Amino acid sequence: MAILVFVEIADGIVKKSSLEAVSYGAELASNTSGPVTALVLGSVSEDKLEAVGKSGAEKILLVEDERLNQPLVSAYATAIAQAFEKSDSKTLILAKSALSDIVAAKVAVKTGAGIVTNVSSLPDLSNGFHVQRSIYTGKAFENVSVKSEKKVLGIRKNVVQIKEDGSSSVIEKLAVDFSDKDFTTNIEKTEKAEGDILLTEAEIVVSGGRGLKGPENWGMIEELAKELGAATGCSKPVSDMEWRPHHEHVGQTGVKVSPNLYIAIGISGAIQHLAGVNSSKVLVAINKDPDAPFFKAADYGIVGDAFEVVPKLTEAVKALKN
Amino acid sequence: MSIKILVCITHVPDTTSKISFTDSDTKFDKNGVQYIIGPYDDYALARAVEIKESGGASITVLNVGLAETEPTIRKALAIGADEAIRVNAEPVDSFFVATQIAEVAKEGNYDMILMGRESIDFNSGVVHGMVGEMLGLPSFSPVMKLELNGEEVSMTREIEGGKDHLKAKLPIVAGCQEPIAEWRIPNMRGIMTARTKPLNVKEPVSVEQHVKTEKFELPPPKGQCKLVDPEHPEELIKLLQNEAKVL
Ligand SMILES: Cc1cc2nc3c(=O)[nH]c(=O)nc-3n(C[C@H](O)[C@H](O)[C@H](O)COP(=O)(O)OP(=O)(O)OC[C@H]3O[C@@H](n4cnc5c(N)ncnc54)[C@H](O)[C@@H]3O)c2cc1C
Ligand SMILES: Nc1ncnc2c1ncn2[C@@H]1O[C@H](COP(=O)(O)O)[C@@H](O)[C@H]1O
Repeated sequence: MAILVFVEIADGIVKKSSLEAVSYGAELASNTSGPVTALVLGSVSEDKLEAVGKSGAEKILLVEDERLNQPLVSAYATAIAQAFEKSDSKTLILAKSALSDIVAAKVAVKTGAGIVTNVSSLPDLSNGFHVQRSIYTGKAFENVSVKSEKKVLGIRKNVVQIKEDGSSSVIEKLAVDFSDKDFTTNIEKTEKAEGDILLTEAEIVVSGGRGLKGPENWGMIEELAKELGAATGCSKPVSDMEWRPHHEHVGQTGVKVSPNLYIAIGISGAIQHLAGVNSSKVLVAINKDPDAPFFKAADYGIVGDAFEVVPKLTEAVKALKN
Repeated sequence: MSIKILVCITHVPDTTSKISFTDSDTKFDKNGVQYIIGPYDDYALARAVEIKESGGASITVLNVGLAETEPTIRKALAIGADEAIRVNAEPVDSFFVATQIAEVAKEGNYDMILMGRESIDFNSGVVHGMVGEMLGLPSFSPVMKLELNGEEVSMTREIEGGKDHLKAKLPIVAGCQEPIAEWRIPNMRGIMTARTKPLNVKEPVSVEQHVKTEKFELPPPKGQCKLVDPEHPEELIKLLQNEAKVL
């Protein structure tokens, strides 16, 4: 059963979540005797693709078309659907991202595949094709069976570890028949935070809430994040008041993250905030109020004043590294 | 110019609801649960009402659901939609829902189909993409800003680590999120007029179901939170390194 994995490129580099998707494909292939093919869209230098082989793909299909350097949903869907058919794959795997769910939806309709997004487990193949997905914004799981021959799976972060022992993959160019309709959207401008670690890709997230009193106090959050190699996040009121940019807002109405470690500083732990973090591996709360609801969800906590605790934490991380 | 907007809304448990299941974990336990318009769908609706107020538009709200969703649909009418359609069926999976929405859309000839970026029960984030594909329309999500200028739509879309600004021609499908508009609360007049606005019930078209729910599960309960002395935050770092093994 051939498997196709869509590999997303961000700023010329393969996204880590996509490497997870490749390794997910490789795990699945070990039960179904693969092969695993990765699909890359846009112009990307071949040396950047080495990790794709290491994480488990035997082959890379490369659609070299500069127009695809921009996230054009219709064009992506056309390219992926054609690769899905041409590679004769039965399962398409995509890592969850702002772009991939909607693209996956279109591909599923184009190819008649059954689609499951937010997948949180490897499939169980013992009796059909069963997989688990996260629902109710992380508050529950749903076990589904997929009946169709073709399947599209959108997987969450942290479902599998990235493999590193794969070999190098053969790169093959793929030509796609686009239609004019695929390029009717005009992306005029892109605004991206430079050099930051992507929140959704980060292993560690340090997040600040209204307890920090104002944007001028974010220096200590950034410093702790820098020492930990973490991305920074915030609660909704913080982005509403424009202390921080909107794309950092974590929670039900913002970004959902599932890092190994989420540190919440001066965040009360409202259910809508927790909805965005409850699939993190370890949750830490730092809050001066011992009754803050976050302590009910957290694995570790410090009841104390963030302005005293956080600089000490940063020092401790520095000491650890030395 | 007055345009026709279709807003697709879900009927979902309030965000603070406790989630539990019955019938050997095969059904959602509706007991004591308060239902709301999906928060993202609520943004879509609020933006549609703003467009109606500023330039003129007619708004149809659509829900695929059983009769129990009607109070939620009435709320959308109270917020400012002109008429409603309910497709009388259990929303069994995304493809089923998308097919029903596409059927309604084909008949209504809408200029714009607005949805939420995702439902907060199934969190699939796919219905808008599917509907767009079924109708041959471009789909955009998550859209944070949407302005109309004649036939042209300017949008700001969230991308990872930022946003992009794009332009497209009507008709389109968009999955909305904040800060596209301010949520609306129905006022007394809205609630009164909603009672007499048309709510049409349509029977579903049949669809082959590819994905089937077998069982629901709750995550394992959380253990106690381990508290660290605020005078010694370095203890926390040690625990994270040696016990939790995340550093
Ligand atoms: C439909 C809906 C959707 C929502 N979506 C989201 C969402 O996606 N994300 C989100 O975050 N919120 C969301 N909210 C809002 C949410 O309900 C809360 O209002 C919000 O999360 C509170 O943010 P906060 O914890 O930063 O602020 P607060 O609730 O004001 O908490 C501040 C905390 O800081 C602590 N504190 C104060 N000073 C200090 C100090 N010196 N040191 C340490 N701690 C201190 C306080 O004890 C308090 O616990 C949503 C609400 C609704 C209704
Ligand atoms: N049963 C339904 N009835 C009407 N609209 C729906 C329904 N389910 C989903 N939608 C719309 O599709 C969007 C995305 O849903 P989902 O793909 O389930 O995350 C929602 O925000 C709604 O706007």
